[in-house]
Amino acid sequence: MSTPAIAARLASTRRRSDRIGDRALVGLTAGASIAIIALIGLIIYDIVDKASPAMSHFGLAFLGHTTWNGFTQFGAGAMIFGTVVTSFGALVIAGPLGIAIGLFLSLLSTSRIAAVIGPLVELLAAVPSVIIGLWGIVVLDPVMRTTIQPALSTVLGWIPIFAKPAIGYAGSGIFTAIIILAIMALPIIAAITRDLFLTVPRELKDGALALGATQWEMIRGVVLSSMRPGIASACILGLARALGEAIAVVQVIGNVFQITPSLFNNGNTLAANIALKGIENNTHLETASIFYLAAVLLVIELLVNLAAQGIVRRYRLADVTSGSGKKPARPTSTTTPIAVTAAKD
Amino acid sequence: MAAIDYARPLTPSGNLRRRRAMDRLMRYGCTLAAIIAVGILVLFIEAIVQRGASVISWSFLTENPNESFGFHTAVGGIGNAIIGSAVICAIATVIAMPIGVLIALFLSEFATPRIANPVRLALDLLYGLPSIVLAIFVYGALVYGVGQSGFDASLALAMIMIPLIARTTGESLSLVPQELRDASHALGISRWRTTLGMTIPSALGGIVTGTVLAVARAAGETAPMLLLTSYANNPVTTGFNPFGPLNNIPYDIFNFSEEGGPTNIAKSWGAALVLIAFVLIANIVARALHARSRRMITR
Repeated sequence: MSTPAIAARLASTRRRSDRIGDRALVGLTAGASIAIIALIGLIIYDIVDKASPAMSHFGLAFLGHTTWNGFTQFGAGAMIFGTVVTSFGALVIAGPLGIAIGLFLSLLSTSRIAAVIGPLVELLAAVPSVIIGLWGIVVLDPVMRTTIQPALSTVLGWIPIFAKPAIGYAGSGIFTAIIILAIMALPIIAAITRDLFLTVPRELKDGALALGATQWEMIRGVVLSSMRPGIASACILGLARALGEAIAVVQVIGNVFQITPSLFNNGNTLAANIALKGIENNTHLETASIFYLAAVLLVIELLVNLAAQGIVRRYRLADVTSGSGKKPARPTSTTTPIAVTAAKD
Repeated sequence: MAAIDYARPLTPSGNLRRRRAMDRLMRYGCTLAAIIAVGILVLFIEAIVQRGASVISWSFLTENPNESFGFHTAVGGIGNAIIGSAVICAIATVIAMPIGVLIALFLSEFATPRIANPVRLALDLLYGLPSIVLAIFVYGALVYGVGQSGFDASLALAMIMIPLIARTTGESLSLVPQELRDASHALGISRWRTTLGMTIPSALGGIVTGTVLAVARAAGETAPMLLLTSYANNPVTTGFNPFGPLNNIPYDIFNFSEEGGPTNIAKSWGAALVLIAFVLIANIVARALHARSRRMITR
């Protein structure tokens, strides 16, 4: 065979294999990507589908009912109350603390100290929630019972949320769950706000300092005010973490269906009750009701996550359209940086 | 106008003094917040090591829980839980790693922004969904009316791992210089050969980092284990079969702590020590790998 013929044959085989190879690779990657979109759809469809018997039986009144008797009457009211109180309570504690840590790591400490403290804060996010729950039962509960609750009830007992708990208070309850959830949301908020604050342009910070502002005035006037949307989305992501936590809450909240003003009483949350009741042998209606709870939680989580995404997207748009033509020094991460791998159940 | 006291030292007064005090207060406050966060981590580790170390022994790590009348007695260990966790996580990794890498490849190499945006959103949403929701989804789809299995738990863990692996892989793919791809194309090498022969090997560090982090995260997930593979202690066996329920470490910790009693709580701490040691070591390894691969790519 002549050399040109061989060359021509080689070229044609290469083209064929390349054509197949290129198509196969693009097809595989596109297939996996479409599958992930389909999975989100399937999760929503399947949970709502499994919940439909309870939805048609109870309707929207399910959301307001506070009874869960295991036979005929199921309602999510007490759990929605518990979920909202515990996760917003956690946000009240973890939000300011997390932002403060973000400020410390990005602006106030030396880079050498930040290189040590930063990873440690991120490691806190890696502690599995079941271990935090175990710590809550064994270590935190007794401290709550002997120290924190008496102190708060004595000083602030006139406020209903700090009123004395029912007799037999063992340390577990809504306030304990709030502390546990705050510990889980804290590293998420800290890591995101730190990355956010690192993107503030140096000229702005230096400008404020050159005008005679103290460091705190620079932070308040330049950093915090310009990063408000990002801080909001960081807090929302921390909130999302607290809303969906199941295991550690089961361990410390006491699992009682009630709506009480005092944070020292037992309570329940959506996620915790799904975990707790999901493993029992249930009637058909109770199983459907558990899926109804899951559907409520799913809707809340999707809305909260979309809100965080939406804020970041709009904010980025504003950043691009502001005409400064400058990209941030480090890309703003909408979600947790890779090192933060919080256990999330 | 007040007379000027020339002998007075040059210290801030009045308004400036107040501003300085405020500044100091806030800076100390931020430092204190960081100390609190590190302090909590130290408290956790101290509690786990102090209470768990005395429980750890060779027999604790290798023997199965010894059940009598349905309660765990002092004897027995978490041997089957370690094996079960390893099997479940291994299967989850085998499922999640290729899918995560493929999605990252699609996003960085092939997708137009119009297709990439919904995929990114889906990944972020999957990342944001609580594991209890993923667990109850798998429960409804595969377990309800059928029975639990370790494989079901692996599927739920894979859903947790995919976004993590895809994100870390994507970050490291974005660090591969565009010049390398251009050079490969200029040599007439097709896209798939470029991708498999050049892009993926360059980003391998990121892929491994993401996988290690995802495994560390999945190993501690409890909600999927509780719903999908928790009846394992009944009967107590050393199981390798993922199509039956498998015991696992997170469930052991949860179960012992819920049953209560000094011996169970002690075993809970022992299992917690095993789990936290694995998670911390995996995180440190991933961090080292991450730094190394960044250096190798950006050199």
